[in-house]
Amino acid sequence: MIVAKRKPIDEIKEMLKPYQKILVLGCGSCVAVCMAGGEKEAGLLTTELQMAFQLDNAQKQIDTITILRQCDREYIEEVKEKLVQYDAILSIACGVGVQFTAEVLGGEKVLLPGLNTTFLGATLEPGIWVERCLACGDCVLDETGGVCPVAMCSKSLMNGPCGGHEKGKCEVDRTRDCGWVLIYERLKKLGKLDLMKKINPVKNYGAVKRPDKIIHEAYQPVAVKEEKKPS
Amino acid sequence: MSKLSEALKSGKFIITSEVGPPKGTNIGPCLDEAKHFGEKVTAINVTDIQSAVMRIGSLATCIKLKERGYEPIMQMVCRDRNRLSLQSEFLNAAIFGIENILCLTGDHQSLGDHPQCKGVFDLDSVQLIAAAKGLMEGKDLSGNKLDGVPNFFLGGVVSPGLEPVELQIMKMEKKITAGAQFIQTQAIFEPDKFRSFMEKVKHLQVPILAGIIILKSVGMARFMNENVAGVFVPDSMIKEMKETKDKAAKGVEIAARIIREIKPYCQGVHIMPLGWGHLVPEIIKQAGL
Repeated sequence: MIVAKRKPIDEIKEMLKPYQKILVLGCGSCVAVCMAGGEKEAGLLTTELQMAFQLDNAQKQIDTITILRQCDREYIEEVKEKLVQYDAILSIACGVGVQFTAEVLGGEKVLLPGLNTTFLGATLEPGIWVERCLACGDCVLDETGGVCPVAMCSKSLMNGPCGGHEKGKCEVDRTRDCGWVLIYERLKKLGKLDLMKKINPVKNYGAVKRPDKIIHEAYQPVAVKEEKKPS
Repeated sequence: MSKLSEALKSGKFIITSEVGPPKGTNIGPCLDEAKHFGEKVTAINVTDIQSAVMRIGSLATCIKLKERGYEPIMQMVCRDRNRLSLQSEFLNAAIFGIENILCLTGDHQSLGDHPQCKGVFDLDSVQLIAAAKGLMEGKDLSGNKLDGVPNFFLGGVVSPGLEPVELQIMKMEKKITAGAQFIQTQAIFEPDKFRSFMEKVKHLQVPILAGIIILKSVGMARFMNENVAGVFVPDSMIKEMKETKDKAAKGVEIAARIIREIKPYCQGVHIMPLGWGHLVPEIIKQAGL
């Protein structure tokens, strides 16, 4: 899932200053799981902002709603009429949700980000999320025992650790595991240490053409037809 | 042909040393440090934006050293440049007659003085060596043909004190397969551990220069033990430093002693004086080289 964390309240307040009628828009998917932007967090943030602006004697109307996904047109369309009534929408979805909601609203509404989108990760234990994938578009997990060198090595090295690891920890942060020591231990456990000996060629950073687009096979012909339409 | 390469081929025990370019344009003292090393030092490493602290570059300093008649070893790290720029820098080096190149990963940018910068690491150290080898064979990383081909003497690094040592050796083997013609090690303070490492890599037919750092103080030893991966200064040496009044003399004595002990197991030493270049000749003398 996409993991995000809320921006500091002062930064959010500063963003909202020029606006009168504000909607806090929650997102019920990834950011709800990581307790940053779901319905519960949207409610808490709304109350916090209402109180904060009241203390400043600022007259503002702050409401909230949460939709299931801000990265999906149909959920945004459902509440479109409500959304357009506000001066500004503080989206507490990931960066995708903020942008996509603005797009679906025709680019005519101010959309502000309430979160900092941080990484693609997993829930390690309740309340703890860890990064596991950099979405490089060129997966090598079959060769590295299922531990990603791109995401788990702080330098995304492809041929083993740098000289900065010690006691299995990374030079960047001695509390963090060295990705290549993890790969080594995993391959050893799997009896596949030979994979470590292979020189991995330079990585294809062009595998994802950022910003990228994927069209499912089943939808290809339609898309092509559309493009060929005379204007 | 590289003087370093020739010297290593001759079978003589080789000594190299190192300078670090300054932050700012005052290059004089850095170049002058090379003067102190003396004639027994075959070649001089120039670090590449060492410790991720912004400063004069390696190539420019190498050119200056070469103008003064020294044999430079240009260090190149993967942190700051992508494959276009790295390959271009190899060609830059070649047209200035810089032949010895030591390829390293580079410290992470977050440890330096611009911690918010974007690290590149488009290539890793193995791929960097392979890229240079490719250029020597007339092709760039995309397989395009070169008009004029460089000639390098390529080096890589290894840290014999790091565990698991098997992992270090695997990467070292890859570097040699990729084209490394010599290997330089992280600082050695435990001769026994070094000897056992050298036993494990004796199948690799590449000269190895053991890293030597001059101890300057008790604080420096403790700092390295806590912060520099793969470097461990034994308590007995820290005690020696603590008990002496003349730190420089003691630092020299320890360095020379380590060299004497490891000499039978390697092809040379790389002395990293970290600003104490004037002590290098005395170390060489006391080591009996």
